[in-house]
Amino acid sequence: MTMIFGIPLPALLGQLLIGFINGSFYALLSLGLAVIFGLLRVINFAHGAQYMLGAFAAYLLLAHTGIGFWPALVIAPLVVAAISAVIERTMLSRLYDLDHLYGLLFTFGLALILEGTFRWYFGAAGQPYAQPQILSGGTNLGFMFLPNYRGFVVVASIVICLSVWLLIEKTRLGAYLRAATENPQLVQAFGVNVPLLLTLTYALGAGLAGLAGVLAAPIYQVSPLMGSNLIIIVFAVVVIGGMGSIGGAIVTGYVLGILEGLTKVFYPEASNIVVFVIMAVVLMLRPAGLFGKEI
Amino acid sequence: MRMDRILLAATVAAGVAVPAGAFAQEVSDDVVKIGILNDQSGVYADFGGKWSVAAAEMAAEDFGGSVLGKPVQIINADHQNKPDIASNIAREWYDTQQVDAIMELTTSSVALAVQGLSKEKGKIDIVTGAATTELTGKQCSPYGFHWAYDTHALAVGTGGALVKAGGDSWFFLTADYAFGYSLEEQTANFVKENGGEMLGEVRHPLASNDFSSFLLQAQSSGAKVIGLANAGLDTANAIKQASEFGIVQGGQKLAALLFTLAEVHGLGAEAAQGLNLTEGWYWDQSDENRDFAERFMKKTGRMPNMIQAGTYSAVLQYLKAVKAAGTDETKAVAAKLHEMPVEDLFAKNGKVQENGRMVYDMYLFQVKKPDEMKGDWDFYNEVLKVPGNEAFLSVDKSGCDVSSFAK
Repeated sequence: MTMIFGIPLPALLGQLLIGFINGSFYALLSLGLAVIFGLLRVINFAHGAQYMLGAFAAYLLLAHTGIGFWPALVIAPLVVAAISAVIERTMLSRLYDLDHLYGLLFTFGLALILEGTFRWYFGAAGQPYAQPQILSGGTNLGFMFLPNYRGFVVVASIVICLSVWLLIEKTRLGAYLRAATENPQLVQAFGVNVPLLLTLTYALGAGLAGLAGVLAAPIYQVSPLMGSNLIIIVFAVVVIGGMGSIGGAIVTGYVLGILEGLTKVFYPEASNIVVFVIMAVVLMLRPAGLFGKEI
Repeated sequence: MRMDRILLAATVAAGVAVPAGAFAQEVSDDVVKIGILNDQSGVYADFGGKWSVAAAEMAAEDFGGSVLGKPVQIINADHQNKPDIASNIAREWYDTQQVDAIMELTTSSVALAVQGLSKEKGKIDIVTGAATTELTGKQCSPYGFHWAYDTHALAVGTGGALVKAGGDSWFFLTADYAFGYSLEEQTANFVKENGGEMLGEVRHPLASNDFSSFLLQAQSSGAKVIGLANAGLDTANAIKQASEFGIVQGGQKLAALLFTLAEVHGLGAEAAQGLNLTEGWYWDQSDENRDFAERFMKKTGRMPNMIQAGTYSAVLQYLKAVKAAGTDETKAVAAKLHEMPVEDLFAKNGKVQENGRMVYDMYLFQVKKPDEMKGDWDFYNEVLKVPGNEAFLSVDKSGCDVSSFAK
């Protein structure tokens, strides 16, 4: 059997694939964060809570109305987006003129309140959420047993990441968005409703978190803590990719998922810090991140 | 405070047996204050959490709300599974809040830290939520007690059952801290003593979300049993993902070494069915238990597990000991705790060893299939009883140097 660094090749391939699957979640979440930061300059600490909300929305839809995974994949992100839009309009938008720190503190507080409320109501052990029937079971790839659902997650995440990137970089709406953040007065003068654009952007970012939450629900326990475990890593991903760089966030998400997966094979104890070690190194060598523009 | 000391010294010096009750004034600061310190927001928040606080309050109420004519007060705090935070809270409680004893202490690293501090301060701690046998082993304290369960009991109960059923090769997924090591080591020893072998282990950080990488390593090891030496949300996620990767269907068995009713409920009967697990108490074992569980349900909206019922027992026993000692002075109460049998709804004929370990019978349970369940919390079938003297280490085997305890 071929060995690489003492690990059999098939095992290594399996771990690479798993890293890629986890990277899919990192990419989806860091994408939403990067959109919000890139366009609104808000450091959205509530992102983990919005991800958790998405998972819980799917769970509640199933438990109380019998609405299954596929409709939830659309409805839950919309619910999260709507809630987030209300929050943005009534509260967050008042902080745009202040230092970034206020937005950070506000969203951090919001995350604590949301998570605390859900923990009070649902407990920490979380709720189970079944996989959709059609994706249950798995496929033997020869080097590993790939659960069909995880395969679906990878495909879905790539499609979503690409679509959002195209939306922002290549469409007229995306151009408005980018222009509105560059020079809001000028864009407003052209008759574009800038506050509405900003609300939509925040809702889009939050909706992406909600979507990731729905995708995560069948894999992880639907728990109030699921977001807080992830949010710090995702922030590191965004920092490494370069704050505000949407393409950077996506690519970095996948790459870090794979690096973390490899760490789990070679030195599992370090698997929860490897991302931060990389972040520190990147910040020293390229303070603007791998894909960010030098300031 | 000083007055109490003088009175006590006088009593001791006189060497006369004074009837209990005669020293009703022997309660420091006119209140008996018990601090429940545990994880209320992290991965173990369901394991004990604020529900343990509710159980402690029930014990205080059931005792009558006062002891030796002074009120009993329960306070609580969230230690976030961090030993440094826990030590700071404990120090503040002992130094400025007149707390007489700290209990629950989920998470072994935290329990060890707080027990060390309590020993230094000459205060009583009763651990119900942490697992490591170190608490009554090398790091034992003359004022430290371990209720409910420990890693040895889990190894003997769950590990023993699986070895007997032919699971003679093991691979461990181990939480990377004191508790995980202790649980892994003791289970591995037990497996080896019974003719089994160890094929490897992987240590994962606390609160890992994704276990697929570790599970894949366990899968390719070919071990018959995958031992989950972790707890709480970590174990629940590992079990859920193991079924996703076809591990159980592939013929490997999962041993959730520390899994309680709270996590089974969170995981759901579908994913948890057939799991073997060890607990010291189950709500549906007797009328007395059902009665307590019903009251608990009314107060909290959930059924208690062994941590919560154990906390009830620990608080109750502490108050009984204070009453019997006629004071809340640490040495006198500790002596009573060591001496008095534990006889309540949690433990029958329980004995506290010299090293502080409360010895009572544990049970091996198996989680029912969903169609066998009669109600929302009807999860367990009792498989067998593990007698206390087999479940827990004796004082000589514990590694605790009891001769070092100053009399």
